[in-house]
Amino acid sequence: MRMLTFASRNTKEILRDILTLIFGIAFPIVLLVLLSMINKSIPQGYGPDLFQIEKLTPGITVFGLSFLSLFSSMLIAKDRTTSFVLRLFTSPLKPSDFILGYTLPMIPMAIIQSVICYLAAMIFGLEFSANIFLAVAVNIPIALVFIALGLLFGTILSEKAVGGVCGALLTNLSAWFSNIWFDTAMVGGAFKKVADCLPFSHAVAAARAAAAGDYSAIMPDLWWVIGYAVVLLVAAIAVFSVKLKKH
Amino acid sequence: MEAIRTENLVKKYKDKTAVKGLDLTVHQGELYALLGVNGAGKSTTIKMLSCLTQPTSGDAFVMGHSVVKEADQVKAIMNVSPQETAVAAKLSVRENLEFIARIYGCDKKQAREKTDQILEEFSMQEIEKSRAATLSGGWQRRLSIAMALITQPQVLFLDEPTLGLDVLARRELWSVIEKLKGKMTIILTTHYLEEAESLSDRIGIMAKGVLCAEGTAAELKAKAGCDDFEEAFIKLAEEVNSNIR
Ligand SMILES: Nc1ncnc2c1ncn2[C@@H]1O[C@H](COP(=O)(O)OP(=O)(O)O)[C@@H](O)[C@H]1O
Ligand SMILES: [Mg+2]
Repeated sequence: MRMLTFASRNTKEILRDILTLIFGIAFPIVLLVLLSMINKSIPQGYGPDLFQIEKLTPGITVFGLSFLSLFSSMLIAKDRTTSFVLRLFTSPLKPSDFILGYTLPMIPMAIIQSVICYLAAMIFGLEFSANIFLAVAVNIPIALVFIALGLLFGTILSEKAVGGVCGALLTNLSAWFSNIWFDTAMVGGAFKKVADCLPFSHAVAAARAAAAGDYSAIMPDLWWVIGYAVVLLVAAIAVFSVKLKKH
Repeated sequence: MEAIRTENLVKKYKDKTAVKGLDLTVHQGELYALLGVNGAGKSTTIKMLSCLTQPTSGDAFVMGHSVVKEADQVKAIMNVSPQETAVAAKLSVRENLEFIARIYGCDKKQAREKTDQILEEFSMQEIEKSRAATLSGGWQRRLSIAMALITQPQVLFLDEPTLGLDVLARRELWSVIEKLKGKMTIILTTHYLEEAESLSDRIGIMAKGVLCAEGTAAELKAKAGCDDFEEAFIKLAEEVNSNIR
């Protein structure tokens, strides 16, 4: 009960920030619309395959999810630097209430974000299919990777550093190594190897496979994502608990 | 039972001892002021009493519960208004108050009723829908104190409640605090002499982590042999300085 109260406060705090709407919803949709319009104006067969709306949309939903790290880490870092957190620490909230309260609200946000993105894509030519529901479901473990990163960075970094690390660095890294905007195989070499080791390209591959109904192709990539999500969540919870005790 | 009793309470930071063996007793229903200059160890004392930080040694009892061994019980019966204003910036005044009531265990209806009541007591009905971030410093502080009171604590800690406020806002807060007197035990820290003198039942003067004198304002003046409270404060705090040196 206490945890849900805290989670609801965190949801309000995030949703009432105009940056959430700009980066979480507007920016991915603008990219989706722009790229699919550009792609349409190129004669069939000549445009980059990646920018076909069927391939582009799952990728953009994953890109959108990368901003969840920014939202949650900003909130946590801000709470840590103001004395608001002192008030919470003197209250009967338990460490588990803190961790769940900071992470749980991000999951419905991830789902809503993905649904809006797919709806927007349908307006611009994506055909409806039941596989879209599957793709939204696949986005949940992907979101957990970003949520865990947000919890981790929000706990260890200052409010200022969080903007740089989660806002600039993480969103860019996850974009470069994702195969959303260009095929990492074209760069090849070490770049592709890094991309293959990080969860981002696997996330996009799993999301695309789900959206395309290529069921057997989902799990091999999704396991990578789930593995990262588990490890990062455990790490984030451990770091958070240690920091909480230190206070 | 005393509301607060500390036993040889010590807090050491890496290279600094902030509180040096404090023995403090506060009676139930009393408004006790911890008076001291910046760095005297007031906030550290409040942090130990409110279970925010563990004492290095010694113990303190809030309504008979040890802050070391029974933090959960202590947390349930006390509340704090921290030195810096502590409000959720993007929540409205009402939402802030209901939020605190609910994390202390009220259901929706109780939280709403308590909020209605405290909004009235603090004359904040007109701003109940305003986001906390848009309020002036004085009103934010007032909200911060209201958030500590909504849980009806048996013991209330006010750490520098009027720090950084202008004269008018300070006087308004004083009258708010005065109305609370007798309803609960209040420990207030301040470095404003007139604040301690005019609000409190008893005053403890802290300097360099030590409690150097204690009593009503009149008793302290008598002890120091001065008519003026400021003179008395300087004299009593100085004594510690020379003893420690
Ligand atoms: N977290 C901390 N780490 C190291 N030193 C601290 C910390 N908090 C307070 N201090 C030191 O302890 C002393 C007492 O501080 P504080 O209790 O905040 O005093 P006051 O509230 O009376 O101004 C100061 O010298 C301060 O620098
Ligand atoms: Mg202080």
